[in-house]
Amino acid sequence: MATEILMPALSPTMEEGTLAKWLVKEGDTVTSGTILAEIETDKATMDFEAISDGIIGKILIPAGTEGVKVNSPIAVLLEDNEKIEDVSLDSDIANSESVAEAETNIPSQFFQTITQTATQIDNTPDWPDGTPLKQQTVREALRDAMAEEMRHDPTVLLMGEEVAEYQGAYKVSQGLLDEFGETRVMDTPITEHGFTGIAVGAAFGGLRPIVEFMTFNFAMQAIDQIINSAAKTLYMSGGQMGAPMVFRGPNGAAARVAAQHSQDYASWYSHIPGLRVVIPYSASDAKGLLKTAIRDPNPVIFMENEILYGKSFDVPELSNFTVPLGKARVWREGSDVTIVSFGIGMQYALEASEKLLEEGIKAEVIDLRTLRPMDTGSVIQSVMKTNRCVTVEEGWPQNSIGSYISSILMQEAFDYLDAPVINCTGKDVPMPYASNLEKLALVTTAEVIDAVKHVTYR
Amino acid sequence: MAARKTVKKPNVSSEELQQIYHDMLMIRRFEEKAGQLYGMGLIGGFCHLYIGQEAVVVGLEAACQDGDKRVTSYRDHGHMLACGMNPKGVMAELTGREGGYSKGKGGSMHMFSKEKHFYGGHGIVGAQVPIGAGLALADKYLENGRVTFTYFGDGAANQGQIYETFNMAALWQLPVIFVIENNQYAMGTAQKRSTSTPELYTRGAAFGIPGDAVDGMDVLKVKSAGTKAVMHCRAGKGPYILEVKTYRYRGHSMSDPAKYRTREEVQKMREERDPIEQVKGILLTGKHASDDDLKSIDKDIKDLINAAAEFAKESSEPGVSELWTDIYAE
Ligand SMILES: Cc1ncc(C[n+]2csc(CCOP(=O)(O)OP(=O)(O)O)c2C)c(N)n1
Ligand SMILES: [Mg+2]
Repeated sequence: MATEILMPALSPTMEEGTLAKWLVKEGDTVTSGTILAEIETDKATMDFEAISDGIIGKILIPAGTEGVKVNSPIAVLLEDNEKIEDVSLDSDIANSESVAEAETNIPSQFFQTITQTATQIDNTPDWPDGTPLKQQTVREALRDAMAEEMRHDPTVLLMGEEVAEYQGAYKVSQGLLDEFGETRVMDTPITEHGFTGIAVGAAFGGLRPIVEFMTFNFAMQAIDQIINSAAKTLYMSGGQMGAPMVFRGPNGAAARVAAQHSQDYASWYSHIPGLRVVIPYSASDAKGLLKTAIRDPNPVIFMENEILYGKSFDVPELSNFTVPLGKARVWREGSDVTIVSFGIGMQYALEASEKLLEEGIKAEVIDLRTLRPMDTGSVIQSVMKTNRCVTVEEGWPQNSIGSYISSILMQEAFDYLDAPVINCTGKDVPMPYASNLEKLALVTTAEVIDAVKHVTYR
Repeated sequence: MAARKTVKKPNVSSEELQQIYHDMLMIRRFEEKAGQLYGMGLIGGFCHLYIGQEAVVVGLEAACQDGDKRVTSYRDHGHMLACGMNPKGVMAELTGREGGYSKGKGGSMHMFSKEKHFYGGHGIVGAQVPIGAGLALADKYLENGRVTFTYFGDGAANQGQIYETFNMAALWQLPVIFVIENNQYAMGTAQKRSTSTPELYTRGAAFGIPGDAVDGMDVLKVKSAGTKAVMHCRAGKGPYILEVKTYRYRGHSMSDPAKYRTREEVQKMREERDPIEQVKGILLTGKHASDDDLKSIDKDIKDLINAAAEFAKESSEPGVSELWTDIYAE
């Protein structure tokens, strides 16, 4: 059966082209791969090859023709025993399979993209009343979380620079090498891009790696593997495989280490679908959230803070204590203003709320704890009560977590706002080294107090 | 020594040779069909064809065992077909339909099969290399005796993360075979214009990783090189590098003007070195198959590929709700 050779699309955007030159003539025998013609588009000249064997029966479009539409017939290909005289061009030719551009109806996803307002704040406490508590540092809580999960699941392993013999650059992995051995607590060379990719592969292969970055500043060398490989694979594989793993380490400014060692990556990672992003403030949250993160079947960014490592908090003495992802914690209830923060920002938020109370301003302080998924419902509900909001974070202002919360409040609680939302952030500068400048660059308690007074018109 | 022409007997059975011929031809016909569907506008975006390189994956698949893993770049259709993935599911992914391996959400460059131990399909040049070593790390950790084939191109061979990976794979003795598919070009850049030392199989020397150069147009040579590398890995001796010298007949992707090489260069390779013609020659001269046997293989493949194309056209587009699924695992 004769077939039509159609004008090909040589790029996704090509609609028509010039048939510059025929390299075969009528009567020629061609096999799959024979170059038939040169086709010109606005971008390039390209060879067009035969895709099946046969004889060129008729050339329908002469060389030099411009504006030949994609999918229109340009020649007729005959089988060995056919003659062009015997083919009636409109009826005998095998279906030329031109694809009509289907008019697809793209339904609006508008209602999917606006956040769903939580009807009420989930205020269940993280542990039952009467649970015995002990004082523990964030550092110890993180170590205990990893140790407990490693005891519980043999596929959990920890890898990173100095995590094993040195016991962790910030001593978070203290004692883990002794207990679990070098197969499960692995020192890596200083090659973030490479070992992060290896950890992603190990997660695809059935393990649950915890990758420790000495600090998140160095994870920039690995960010392609985190986002393109770990976060997107579940989607790209249609749900077949993903990367159950944790990327953890200190994030944000430490003290006096200047620009390259002092960046807050919270808003960077919170931008990415496919990642979960956790940023605890207290020791109990560090422990309960890290345990949940290790069990979670998705890639989790778990951001710690060097300054908080040594800070002590109450931690419940429970054998299987976890904190769910995506649930904010209300540290202080109040009626005059909502202060939303996370990670080390909570330090300023809480300090400010205490000082404000002395002046009679009752602030409600919310610790997001998880940035993705974000408990925006709790924030909205709180703002519906207080009608004012201040956000606090160490990162830079443009595209900050605060700016996202502001937009959510505008969409969901516009009528409840009595003042514009204010974002207290780190200043829009690289971190300076000089002690005085560093203090200026960071967000401060005084700034949070000023912002609250501003939104409460005091 | 008296010159005596010896026809080296292949160390494979007639049956295996026929299977090899079948698999290589299946890849070629599949790719030709994909090119055709692309020309018709049924496949969009980037589509990187494997025509000319068939002996590489088919030879190496003949050297591996059930449960061994593989991971590669965006030029992945051949790898998927060679490891037994269904041509229907692969083609339907190319057309972006729900019957595709990724339900239409991955496309030509991003496809996976847990069942066949195929770990992608990666669009970022070189990114699959540490991932391959990580799969091997998991296998070593789980002590399951598996080997991972990690494929990448001559262009990718200049990526920094590959040398980071070589170091760790050697340090930790990971059972991974790094297969450098040297098809001589990275898009429009001939290897000599991008690469200071052309012998890519020696690139592991600084890390103590042994490497061999292999004629990638000769499927049996590829198989025996693969078998040697697999034995090395399974014996617990760590990684191995194979630089497989091959050639891609088509452009880098569909929209490639191909002005960086001459038409004669491509034609010469096709006429003198074609990997499928070589196997056909061995089959016929060694009487491993008759003309009729080959004709029936050709016909089976034609039917298989036509059915795949039909399926890829008929399968529905993914449902609207698919936009929002598979972002997080429960
Ligand atoms: C990190 C990165 N840089 C650039 C590209 C664009 N790109 C895609 S393929 C390619 C050439 C790669 O050539 P090679 O590794 O030889 O593989 P081949 O295409 O020959 O199989 C380039 C530059 C990319 N996908 N990823
Ligand atoms: Mg190449």
